[in-house]
Amino acid sequence: MEAATRGCQCHALRAQDERYKRLGEIIAQYAGQPGALIPVLHHAQEVFGYLPHDVQVLVAEGLDVPLSEVDGVITFYSLFTSEPRGKYKIGICLGTACYVKGAAAVLEELKKQVGVDIGKTSADGLFTLEVTRCVGACGLAPVMTIGDDVYGRLTPEDVAGILDKYIQAEKNGKA
Amino acid sequence: MVLVKKNAHLMPLVGTRTNEQKGAKEMVTLTIDGQKVTVPANSTVLEAAEAAGIHIPTLCYLKDVSQTGSCRVCVVEIGGRLQASCVFPVSEGMEVKTNTPLVRESRRTTVELMLSNHPQDCLTCLRNQNCELQKLSHELNIREVRFEGARSSFPLDTSSPAIARDPNKCILCRRCISVCSEIQGVNILAARERGFETVVSPAWQEQLANTACTNCGQCVLVCPVGALVEKDDTEKVWKALADPDTHVVVQTAPAVRVTLGEEFGLEPGTIVTGKMVTALRRLGFDAVFDTDFTADLTIIEEANELLQRLENGGKLPMITSCSPGWIKFIEHQFPAYLDHLSTCKSPQQMFGALAKTYYPEKAGLDPGKIVTVSIMPCTAKKFEAERPEMQSSGYQDVDIVLTVREFARMIKEAGIDFINLADGEYDAPMGISTGAGVIFGATGGVMEAALRTAYEVVTEESLDKLDFTEVRGLEGIKEASVNLNGTVLKVAVAHGLGNARKLMELIQQGKAEYHFIEIMACPGGCIGGGGQPIPTNTDIRRQRMAGIYAADKDMPLRKSHENPAIKVLYDEFLREPLGEKSHELLHTHYVPRLKYSEVEHPEAKEETKRGTAS
Repeated sequence: MEAATRGCQCHALRAQDERYKRLGEIIAQYAGQPGALIPVLHHAQEVFGYLPHDVQVLVAEGLDVPLSEVDGVITFYSLFTSEPRGKYKIGICLGTACYVKGAAAVLEELKKQVGVDIGKTSADGLFTLEVTRCVGACGLAPVMTIGDDVYGRLTPEDVAGILDKYIQAEKNGKA
Repeated sequence: MVLVKKNAHLMPLVGTRTNEQKGAKEMVTLTIDGQKVTVPANSTVLEAAEAAGIHIPTLCYLKDVSQTGSCRVCVVEIGGRLQASCVFPVSEGMEVKTNTPLVRESRRTTVELMLSNHPQDCLTCLRNQNCELQKLSHELNIREVRFEGARSSFPLDTSSPAIARDPNKCILCRRCISVCSEIQGVNILAARERGFETVVSPAWQEQLANTACTNCGQCVLVCPVGALVEKDDTEKVWKALADPDTHVVVQTAPAVRVTLGEEFGLEPGTIVTGKMVTALRRLGFDAVFDTDFTADLTIIEEANELLQRLENGGKLPMITSCSPGWIKFIEHQFPAYLDHLSTCKSPQQMFGALAKTYYPEKAGLDPGKIVTVSIMPCTAKKFEAERPEMQSSGYQDVDIVLTVREFARMIKEAGIDFINLADGEYDAPMGISTGAGVIFGATGGVMEAALRTAYEVVTEESLDKLDFTEVRGLEGIKEASVNLNGTVLKVAVAHGLGNARKLMELIQQGKAEYHFIEIMACPGGCIGGGGQPIPTNTDIRRQRMAGIYAADKDMPLRKSHENPAIKVLYDEFLREPLGEKSHELLHTHYVPRLKYSEVEHPEAKEETKRGTAS
């Protein structure tokens, strides 16, 4: 592990970071067990919100699994992510009904407003833009979800106002 | 000469699936295409078919390396269903059909689908005429690709000086992953993403040059297509040869003389030293020298270094440093143990340093006009030549490194009828060598050569038996002990980086009671090197090894310290082993490297920022 962290200050910073302490505990709990990688990655992602490269290295070293395999598993399963996620996940439905009702135009507006492409997170860390399949609310098409909230019968014009609610809430510390 | 102990760990060279190891003696009888065949009960259907003389085409399957059953080319009909014969176990009374309309159609469709996402650039591909996919399409009589679909579009990875990756040609057979992880234990390559996005690559899509890849090239040897190839440097050599102002010097590694013939249809292990020398002259090299000369020199320096360490309480065990794949491996994986390495440069680099100092001095040439080319069994030698430490002559000591495959391409391009060439002789002085130099080409050879010299230096007695057979052969780790005037010298030999790791772990745990260890990165040593002809497999390695020991037997001199040209080199130039000149030109140092990617990661930076903010 020394080699992996040489030249950066991560080690000192990690010592003060509760999340790395927790990660150490998780790894210790599973180390030596067959099939430990996926549960450890699960827990690690719960702790960190995503699986950054240094966490991947710690998991690889801690479980004695090649880093290439850790990376292979993370990229294989869509539930794992190696990129930070925003506070709110925006899911724009591109299922058949929503698509026919103009979801593509809403998506374009979302990209513009949030300022990122599909799968990416806004610079302020507030939103992650994702595309979903049918959410079962076809009567409200086109539909998007933000966190647990559902918005229906959308037009591109609605997007800015909806996003602003979250931005304002964040500013007022209500979120 | 007393061998007091021989205690060889029986470790298989590669794989774990041979019948002997499964231990089963039980036999079963099955029917394949109406033919009764009796095979061990633990056989696969593919093995049973082979025993019955029935050919089943395969693609991802590679004996001793990879048996994943993923490509579905080897399907056969069993009980009306298609099964992958390379992994399907035989059973008593089983009925197998290998040539039915269903089987033919399935195999063909499988390969057609692969072709639909494969660049159709066979004519300009490095593997043209030696490609398993090409051969298979021909065998299956595929005359058109019916499916026009999406094509993968991944960036080429040309970051490494040794190996080039073209993921667009990859057919995802995963043989390279098997060899990189299971045999070499380096674990650089793995499959990432899924479905159509699947790509075999280092973690995080890192470029090879930024990883702990050792450049051993074993992945290149097993790649069925042109997705993993050597970096082709033939143009650089043509250019140097065409330049009237340069004096182009070539060296040929020990293992090349028993493998080059394969590129021209000869049996593995055929000794073609004389033809090779003639071919090099025909190509226009100004001097044709032999790496065996500096292999002998390495032995003098290394044996003296070992004796010095033994006398002065130096770091033990001392480990050989000839194999550049092994050097990069230890630098990444065990950076705290670099002082175990002999400081001797590899024979290639000793040659380079002398070819631009001693040789021009003797021949009255301008060292600045000399271009040194190496013909190597190795891809990692390309990386070694470019190391910043390797400029002790004041120039880059070795300018261009060619693998055996590249060299063969040059011979073919020049229209040389290799098979019918008359034998030529190396030039003096750097072409004069002994049998001890030749055996560097096989695992255990450096050890044996060193023992031949160390024994005579220490005991001042003549060796009556030159063959140290205990350190020969394809066992993964070999051990021997030699009595040197009452001191018992314990030695070990490992080949293949997976075996090297096992030895290093013993050293880490303080359990390695050896004085001297030889490690070669490639299974079998240089005769199994990543720059050797394709295919290279266990049987072929064995044949090449026999060629190496035959070449040793043929040499009038078989001990490095008896090489007359080496004696002159010390008298005229170096003065003494481990002397000032030797240290300047023939010895080197090593660099601790990171186990994981050497580039900084944005995430790590981000973490730092966040940590600071909180």
